[in-house]
Amino acid sequence: MAQNGILKSSLAKKYAMAATGLFLCLFLAGHLAGNLQLFTAGSDGGRQFNEYAKFMTTFPAVKLLSYLTYFAVLFHLVDGVVLSIQNRKARPVRYAMERPSTNAGWSSRNMMILGTIILVFLVTHMQNFWWQMHFGSVPMQTLEDGTQIKDLYFVVAAFFHPDNGFALPAIGLYLLGQFALGFHLWHGFSSGFQSIGLRHPRFSALVGGLGKAFSVVVPALFSAIVVFLYFTQA
Amino acid sequence: MNFTLKIWRQEGPQDEGRMETYPVTGISDEMSFLEMMDVLNDQLIRDGKDPVAFDHDCREGICGMCSMFINGEAHGPNRKTTTCQLHMRSFKDGETIYIEPWRAAAFPVVKDLAVDRSAFDRIIQAGGYVSVNSSGNPLDGNAIPIPKHDADDAFNAATCIGCGACVATCKNASAMLFASAKVSQLALLPQGQPERMSRVQRMVDQMDKEGFGNCTNTGACEVECPKGISLDNIARMNRDYLKSQVTGE
Amino acid sequence: MTEMPDHSVALDAKIPEGPLADKWTHHKNNIRLVNPANKRLIDVIVVGTGLAGSSAAASLAEMGYNVKAFCFQDSPRRAHSIAAQGGINAAKNYQNDGDSVYRLFYDTIKGGDYRSREANVHRLAEVSTNIIDQCVAQGVPFARDYGGMLDNRSFGGVQVSRTFYAKGQTGQQLLLGAYSALSRQISKGKVTMYNRHELMDVVKVDGKARGIIARNLVTGEVERHGAHAVVLCSGGYGNVFFLSTNAMGSNVSAAWKAHRKGAYMANPSYTQIHPTCIPVSGEYQSKLTLMSESLRNDGRIWVPKHESDVEALRNGTLKPTDIAEDRRDYYLERRYPAFGNLVPRDVASRAAKERCDAGFGVNQAGEAVYLDYASAIDRYGRMEAKVQGIPAPSVEKIRELGEAAVRAKYGNLFQMYEQITADNPYKTPMRIYPAVHYTMGGLWVDYNLQTTVPGLYACGEANFSDHGANRLGASALMQGLADGYFVLPYTIGDYLADDIRTGEIPTDTPEFADAEKAVKDRVAQLLNNNGKTPVDDFHRRLGRIMWNQCGMSRNAEGLKQAIADIQALRKEFDRDVCVPGRADRYNPELDKAGRVSDLIELGELMCKDALERNESCGGHFREEYRTPDGEALRDDEGHAHVSAWAYTGVPSEAVHHKEELKFENVELKTRSYK
Repeated sequence: MAQNGILKSSLAKKYAMAATGLFLCLFLAGHLAGNLQLFTAGSDGGRQFNEYAKFMTTFPAVKLLSYLTYFAVLFHLVDGVVLSIQNRKARPVRYAMERPSTNAGWSSRNMMILGTIILVFLVTHMQNFWWQMHFGSVPMQTLEDGTQIKDLYFVVAAFFHPDNGFALPAIGLYLLGQFALGFHLWHGFSSGFQSIGLRHPRFSALVGGLGKAFSVVVPALFSAIVVFLYFTQA
Repeated sequence: MNFTLKIWRQEGPQDEGRMETYPVTGISDEMSFLEMMDVLNDQLIRDGKDPVAFDHDCREGICGMCSMFINGEAHGPNRKTTTCQLHMRSFKDGETIYIEPWRAAAFPVVKDLAVDRSAFDRIIQAGGYVSVNSSGNPLDGNAIPIPKHDADDAFNAATCIGCGACVATCKNASAMLFASAKVSQLALLPQGQPERMSRVQRMVDQMDKEGFGNCTNTGACEVECPKGISLDNIARMNRDYLKSQVTGE
Repeated sequence: MTEMPDHSVALDAKIPEGPLADKWTHHKNNIRLVNPANKRLIDVIVVGTGLAGSSAAASLAEMGYNVKAFCFQDSPRRAHSIAAQGGINAAKNYQNDGDSVYRLFYDTIKGGDYRSREANVHRLAEVSTNIIDQCVAQGVPFARDYGGMLDNRSFGGVQVSRTFYAKGQTGQQLLLGAYSALSRQISKGKVTMYNRHELMDVVKVDGKARGIIARNLVTGEVERHGAHAVVLCSGGYGNVFFLSTNAMGSNVSAAWKAHRKGAYMANPSYTQIHPTCIPVSGEYQSKLTLMSESLRNDGRIWVPKHESDVEALRNGTLKPTDIAEDRRDYYLERRYPAFGNLVPRDVASRAAKERCDAGFGVNQAGEAVYLDYASAIDRYGRMEAKVQGIPAPSVEKIRELGEAAVRAKYGNLFQMYEQITADNPYKTPMRIYPAVHYTMGGLWVDYNLQTTVPGLYACGEANFSDHGANRLGASALMQGLADGYFVLPYTIGDYLADDIRTGEIPTDTPEFADAEKAVKDRVAQLLNNNGKTPVDDFHRRLGRIMWNQCGMSRNAEGLKQAIADIQALRKEFDRDVCVPGRADRYNPELDKAGRVSDLIELGELMCKDALERNESCGGHFREEYRTPDGEALRDDEGHAHVSAWAYTGVPSEAVHHKEELKFENVELKTRSYK
């Protein structure tokens, strides 16, 4: 076995980044699929969406997945910070003259900054919805059979309602977060495949293209939902 | 042609360094970059000053000794070109040229523009070989046919000249391209199979010990590599290392 | 410190008895061995880490000896063997073209113009096949064909395809193989590697080489290193010409220090001028770049037939591609129809010089000929079109396919050419001219590769042994690795068998102390000289003298003048050289000063040697000795010998010793490639 072992070597850190990153891509896809319901959720007063939200917060297998997601986010974050600190230490004296744009893409060089923006967004996002859903005071919706479920749709719709004085800055932050996410994914998606060694001349163009498409489409749709909610309630 | 040179000067490994400015005049566009440096040094010596120390040897792009970070890029602005192959026709008359040593914790400065790259040697010593003694009676060279594309891929990986441009240019000062080129060369050949798993472990461990940074897949190394070593090699090393950890071989 | 050689001792090459083909086997079976336990008690110093040095150090360590290896570069992998391009010969006969050990032996003897030792050359041919197997086992990625078998190409002076290659980077791949073997031994602690160290002197104790004084080039520290034997693998001295295809750091100093300590220098004037190099482009030029001989496989060499065309080329009114076929002089094909563009290097170089001297040189300086790939591109293009089943390919298509085929074979060479000249060699013929490339001369060694100093060995280009007066292409790599992997590791045991009870060589002895003091004094002298002129200035002037008087053609008058000029240069150097900086810092100017100082002395000896050799042979062409049609005229009666020179203090007054060359297996003939 290697002296450094799987947990400490530089490659292991990359595997962890890649594995958690790619897992979070799956999460994004799932989250987006749920959120897409918001385009039509108004038609039934958010019932279907609220039932979905309940399912997602109570079904045991999904709960397990959500814990995995929290863990992935934390690990991705901590690992990223450790990598960045080590990488800075690897070059104690900087160059007087650098032209990094001649040989590497912007997002690949700024993953830490992008990640930090995403983190800030994530904290507010969790506070606004996740915290409310789990620990806040969410109004209840009564279904036809008399059962009551948390009306998350109301919370979301109200949050992005033009009457909410914070809606515009919140949307601004949301869009900024999505923008950062897009750039983060622009590099991160294919980088994840490279890190775990999934690269072949025949498929690298495909993986690259898929990554770029993912990094544009997913944040764009997330953003569209928010903008949609704002303008359709105006 | 005339140029203003901004050059890193540093007496020794323990000394503080600084950028200094030197004008050079009467440079021909046919000169190589190092010949321009020769002109500067000739002038400095005649003026009773200390000439600029820099590493160079073959001056035909194969020994890997020359190592200058020129105007913000390893080996200067041209692609697939070492500093010694760079010619002054690639610069504009009157231009200011920044010349710095490779910068990495694992490559301490020896003097001025010369750095110590023995970390690379130690990575190879950790496992960059096939354990075969010279005996005069190994298998015949043609006993194991090697598919042409494997032989070609192995060759392409093996063309690494160990100059360190990958480390110098990487924002993390990572040595992945260098290490992976040797790992790949031997991983692609039948002769490298018996030690394939232990080799990648030992070489990666040594690379980490030397204080190189971590790879974040920016791809800058591949762009700046004077021999065009491919990122495919890094992926192959990632794959092999992962496999070696999973299988525990 | 100089010891006068004993004039009465004849040079004994210690060639084993028996038929030629059995000598080496017989010798190996009869020389003494050192048992594995005793090898651990024996230290060997290897200086230089090129093909010969790396392979020798690795092999000796594998056998169990304790090895200390030294190189002046920052890593052993950077030795100039790395730059060898074309290939390595081996008598494998994979191409079924009738090759054999005997043919390789014969070609090499003939190629060397009958001035090498039969027994050595035969041994070289014998072990050549082992080298390929060894390198393949190490993971050297030689070029292979579609069936996965090793591929071959042809080189000059032979009529078979026996050259193994890895694109235009064969030396690199072989050296990295040897370097990896060396690295393995370093990791085991069997080799202690000293990078950025320069040999400053060989230390003799009781007449035997027992160590060296080395200087750490980073800290300036002068170190003593003891050993039971010292092996010099320090390469050639082509840099005596200043402009050569050698690396900037290539030097004669290790060999020259050994020479000053009693090792004879053999045939120093045998210099190989390589026919295909990129011509000199200006005064400032620091080195010349080789274009591999392999390019002559497919390229055709020509100059215009008519002076009017030459004129038009020089003033830029005519492009080479505009000159019609019947106005071109493919002079090699014309003069040597049997070998054409693949004549040996010395012949090709002289023919280029002859055309340029006659006024047909195609660049401004009149010192360039064309190496043209147009017909190869056309030929490969048509072939490829057939393979791809294109029925009536257009001229453009043929060109495109042909260029791709040429790129696959010689891509890196073409790229290198374009980087240096800014001309695209796919579209316009390359301009080439001969340049100093390799030195066949070197330290005299016997069959065991031992110099005239007991315990001091020389391998690879540093010795004189196998190439006679002209080396064939792709034979230097073969010799370096043969010496290091398969010859020296056996032969050195015969000497070391006496040392199993000697114990570690102490370095706190007067011999080491004296040598160290002399080194320190010399360093101080150079630094405190208070001269005005940089080292390079002297080096350039030395190079000019050597190139003009002791280069491609030589004559007695010029050589005598050169000796006087070099002696004057030497005096001026001592008086006026300016070496800046300090002794205790990395100081490349100081290192260079020491090397140039030795090169100046060597230059004088080379001229002396060339003057003594009253014949033309191989790379040594004396204008007084030529056939009516301008070919080299050998004197087998008077000069079928090796000239080995003993140092006396003044190089041109060196004592001349001869080793008569006996040809028992080949008949001495006038070399003909017509």
